[in-house]
Amino acid sequence: MDMAGLSAYAVFFLSLVGIYAIMALGLNMQWGMTGQFNIGIAGFFAVGAYTTAILTSAPAESRVGGFDLPFLVGLAGSVIACIPVAWLVGRITARLRTDYLAIATIGIAEIIRLFFVNESWLSNGTRGIPGIEKPFGLGNNGYLLIIIAFVALAWLLVEIARRSPWGRVLRAIRDNEPATAAAGKDIARFRLQAFITGSCLMALGGGLYAHFVGFVSPEAFRPLYGTFLVWVMLIAGGSGNNLGAMLGALVVWLIWSSTEMIAGLVPTALIGSESAFRVFLIGVLLQIILVSRPQGLLPEKRPPMPGEKR
Amino acid sequence: MIEIIQLLINGILLGSILALGAVGATMIFGVLRFAHFAHGDFMAIGAYFALTVVTVFNLPVLAALPVAMLLTGGLAILIDQVVYRRIRRVQPVILLIASFATALVLRSFIQMVWGSSNQVYQVGIQLPWRIGPFTLKPDHLLIFAAAAGLVLIVHLFLSRTRMGKAMRAMSDNMDLALVTGIPANRVIMWTWAIGGALAAAAGVFLGMDTRLHPVMGWTLLLPIFAATILGGIGRPYGAILGGLVIGCAMELSTLVIPGAYKPAVAFAIMVATLVFRPQGIIKGNA
Amino acid sequence: MSLMSAEALYAGYGGVDILRNLHLRVEADEIVVIIGPNGAGKSTAMKAMFGLVPIRSGAVSYRGETITNQPAERMVSRGIAYVPQEANVFPSLSVVENLELGAYVLRGPNGPRMERVFEIFPRLKERRHQQAGVMSGGERQMVAMGRALMVEPTLLMLDEPTAGLSPRLIDETFERIRGINQLGIGVLMVEQNARQALAAADRGYVLATGENRYEDTGPALLANPEVAEMFLGG
Ligand SMILES: Nc1ncnc2c1ncn2[C@@H]1O[C@H](COP(=O)(O)OP(=O)(O)OP(=O)(O)O)[C@@H](O)[C@H]1O
Ligand SMILES: [Mg+2]
Repeated sequence: MDMAGLSAYAVFFLSLVGIYAIMALGLNMQWGMTGQFNIGIAGFFAVGAYTTAILTSAPAESRVGGFDLPFLVGLAGSVIACIPVAWLVGRITARLRTDYLAIATIGIAEIIRLFFVNESWLSNGTRGIPGIEKPFGLGNNGYLLIIIAFVALAWLLVEIARRSPWGRVLRAIRDNEPATAAAGKDIARFRLQAFITGSCLMALGGGLYAHFVGFVSPEAFRPLYGTFLVWVMLIAGGSGNNLGAMLGALVVWLIWSSTEMIAGLVPTALIGSESAFRVFLIGVLLQIILVSRPQGLLPEKRPPMPGEKR
Repeated sequence: MIEIIQLLINGILLGSILALGAVGATMIFGVLRFAHFAHGDFMAIGAYFALTVVTVFNLPVLAALPVAMLLTGGLAILIDQVVYRRIRRVQPVILLIASFATALVLRSFIQMVWGSSNQVYQVGIQLPWRIGPFTLKPDHLLIFAAAAGLVLIVHLFLSRTRMGKAMRAMSDNMDLALVTGIPANRVIMWTWAIGGALAAAAGVFLGMDTRLHPVMGWTLLLPIFAATILGGIGRPYGAILGGLVIGCAMELSTLVIPGAYKPAVAFAIMVATLVFRPQGIIKGNA
Repeated sequence: MSLMSAEALYAGYGGVDILRNLHLRVEADEIVVIIGPNGAGKSTAMKAMFGLVPIRSGAVSYRGETITNQPAERMVSRGIAYVPQEANVFPSLSVVENLELGAYVLRGPNGPRMERVFEIFPRLKERRHQQAGVMSGGERQMVAMGRALMVEPTLLMLDEPTAGLSPRLIDETFERIRGINQLGIGVLMVEQNARQALAAADRGYVLATGENRYEDTGPALLANPEVAEMFLGG
């Protein structure tokens, strides 16, 4: 690869890292801070991606929309559209135990995917929606800056939230729910707020992704791409730690990308399919991390409770 | 009316497949206290094991079934010993995530070994029987009979054997089981063996009914969990009932909503159960 | 040689010692009772001796053999049976199944063993196909004790066998325990109904904050004014 090719690849690489970092931050708000086990990330990602696709793409015959609206309106739409969805999901699942919540969220992600596959009037079915443009006529390089700006914004938001009294209540709920309830906190409300905020970040990631690749289809939202990698990132990075979540996004995406090279080195006859081999490697990697270092690269550092000495 | 009965026949067929998956899932849930997300992929790999036996030795599918069950049961024990056993004492959610990883590893393994395209056990179309206004494929009868046989064997195992009773006891009250001197690790290994073997059977039947595909099991995971929860966690008999109810509900729902949304029906029943009767229709130990 | 004895036990949960320098001893054929206020560490003492709570220092021995920190499975095979304070039956299993599992570590037919349990608890025979989870509190205690007796123990450890029972059933339970003891089975039990328990016991221990406070024969403890004031409600 020459210099230009290399830098183009770097830009491509970092853009995806940024998008995943935003989703990992969203998941950290739900799992790392509140202890909500969401494995329906792909669903919220899809809501975000489709919303901006419908709002900003050019008018089309075969489906509703194509409103040709500006980029920022599209992204705002992504986040706003996610709120009622996340609210509904959060309300239904509010009282569920961790493992039930996990089962419920894959169900919801699956239903969202079915919706976009089948409701062609809105989503153009399996053909997907093409022609989602980058804003302000930017190329990949310029768009990377926009992604970085959003990562910074998302990080600032979750970091402020984490240090705030609100974030302390979330952790208290995660660590000792009965005691927190006894202290008079409305647990269901705090949970719901954290769930919605985290899901909106996932939708934001979906929106940014749609503009990055210029095309959305239900294929992009298989559990692997939407959900699994984000979980690996958060666990590897250190759940509860926002910097860890972002570092995890970088490291795991690096590993994920390098599995492409490893897969390239192994004869195809031996591994059948290159993409399957990559998934296989990343799955095994996660198992190894879980067995050997379940607290991640950067373990959680708690901000001191009021009056607590460090 | 005729349509409803036809749908019920299909529903019981799907229900038998779900029931076999759900019995294993509920025992694993009950004994090990975690939702095993790779259960659908156990089904898939079992179906593919049978495919290899069928194509290599040119045997009928039902002859390949025991081999597939044995291999999948063994694989389940292996995965438990290599991965799950080491993290049992950490948080239960770590197990959940690990099983998610197992699901992907198995699925990608299938894609690597057997490829990603649709496959069938038997080429050629089976002529369905027409009984009055109803149609029934010969394979369907085989599936009913084999599923019923397996359920009977499981029932005898659980109600008559020492190990079966120990398994139910562990799912009931883990601490008391330990105090009683029941060897937890052996029971856990048996649980995986049986869960894996039944999942393989479900996968083979699903493959006979439709086709083989790497995500064939994953798409049934939600209905299987729905059956598990409906029947009550750790309740094998509940899981059988739950599987039949969910299977019939999914098929009957096509009368009123597009068939593509069948999984949503399972999901709705599951959420309703969780909200209104979290212990399941037969009281579970959740 | 004592049937079971604990020497200078220090044990607790997560590095915090609940038991401090605990001494206990049960002779064969004896009924020994542990009393003490809530949170004194009575249940912890039983669990530690049975290998369910890690012992940091000290030793537990059974017929002269050291059994400190051994897994429950070994304890049961040796002939020590333990009935926990709570959740002591398998609720979805029938009475018969509960009893059968009690003898899990033993080989050979369960029939004769079960007949012996039914002789002690005839009520269980009547209701043998009932699910344990739907039975009354008193019946559940019978199932729990019956399950423990199935292993043909030489030592029966009972954690509050009369908790939540009516006065009539409490009397009956102590009667049964004496009957079991007369079969040659040593009994170590924790009790809240201190007065009746001490009356039924050969010896008793009073625990407070994880330490031995008093130790004497049942009648002597009953007669001890300090014990009476502290634990027997004056
Ligand atoms: N699993 C546990 N983890 C941590 N601490 C425990 C645990 N179980 C008991 N404790 C603590 O150990 C102490 C002794 O408890 P234990 O149950 O032995 O008391 P007890 O004398 O049996 O009381 P009771 O009469 O209420 O049954 C208590 O302070 C209790 O809070
Ligand atoms: Mg106690």
